[in-house]
Amino acid sequence: MKIFPLSFSMLILALVISGQVYASTGANTGANSGAETDTGENPEQDRQALRAYYENLFPGVPADAHKDGIYAIDAPSRAQWQEMEEFPLYEIAVDEGEELFYTPFDTGVTYADCFENEGAVKQLYPHFDEHTSSVVTLEMAINTCRATNKTTALEYGSAELNNLSSYIAFVSRNQKVQVAEPKTAAALAAYKAGKRFYSTRRGHLNFACTSCHIQLAGRKLRAEKLSASLGHVTHFPVYRFKWQEMLSLHQRFAECNSQVGALPFDLQGVEYRNLEYFLSYLSNGMQLNGPATRK
Amino acid sequence: MNLNNKYFLLAFVFSQILILQSSLAQDALEQGRALTFTKSKGNCLACHIVENGELPGNSGPPLIQMALRFPDRSILRNQIWDASVVNPNTVMPPFGKHNILTEDEIELVVDYLLSL
Repeated sequence: MKIFPLSFSMLILALVISGQVYASTGANTGANSGAETDTGENPEQDRQALRAYYENLFPGVPADAHKDGIYAIDAPSRAQWQEMEEFPLYEIAVDEGEELFYTPFDTGVTYADCFENEGAVKQLYPHFDEHTSSVVTLEMAINTCRATNKTTALEYGSAELNNLSSYIAFVSRNQKVQVAEPKTAAALAAYKAGKRFYSTRRGHLNFACTSCHIQLAGRKLRAEKLSASLGHVTHFPVYRFKWQEMLSLHQRFAECNSQVGALPFDLQGVEYRNLEYFLSYLSNGMQLNGPATRK
Repeated sequence: MNLNNKYFLLAFVFSQILILQSSLAQDALEQGRALTFTKSKGNCLACHIVENGELPGNSGPPLIQMALRFPDRSILRNQIWDASVVNPNTVMPPFGKHNILTEDEIELVVDYLLSL
């Protein structure tokens, strides 16, 4: 039997135990309720420990392979997925996104003036902005670009915004997730809020994100295998068959919350942005491979 | 009415009661089975293998030999009510505590599970 590294044990314990701390409240709990569980670990230790956990759980599957989500660990559905990728349904979104990307605002400039390198910038998001003391996502940056050009903001989750982010994801392919390690107190607080959200049990079913994606990763709910947390951020936006449309990461968070019988939070609200920050840090070093097709 | 007829009538009524009781018990088992299988209710198949259940998950243990494993009915009932009392790290939803199933529905599910 392999001896787990101490840091790994600490992370899993912390995630599982902190989930329990909030379980007693039963219903949906906000990200700021309850006492903070500080087990003394740091983000880089969390990331290494989680990678070790999955490499131990799925022998022969390198941690970076989880960029393909469930298809990294489920051979039959991987074959189906590879067939889907021959005529990818997200192509329309990428094409429409590209057109929007180069369409000038009234000011005469385009998104290409806001996002350098012809839009290959997804690896720069999310990041912690010390001036506003909050996590900045790609979707927010798109709306900031519009505001700068005196154009109204796009609704989060709208087709237009998802098309733009699909195009940016597409041209950013093969870059790697590179979230800077949170060092300041404010950045660490955002990271920890995301981590606490991830391990907080909520809803009718009393599930935390960790329940399915850490504790039960690789096992099945009905016929569906549960994917690992690693790589959850690399491939968004996704064309989801169930929805028949493009879906942002935050829309998927909202769907997860609803599925466990909890009220979803606002798209691009502080809870989901902190969660995206935490999850993205864990996926550091993994290849960006969005947009993607998902069941 | 002679004595024989009286006895016959009594026997007939008694047998009808037995038949009624057993069909009520069958109905209850059927209700318990429906609650166990229905997605919006027990949805036990999401995690557990159950006899004749299609596409079960494997996140929890198979529900077999239940009467042998739970000679004390209340332990099984409590497990469904809120499994975290015994195991704080359980992923099993607290069906009673969170009103996913009513008290009566849990009793029906327990009856059905103990028949497996």
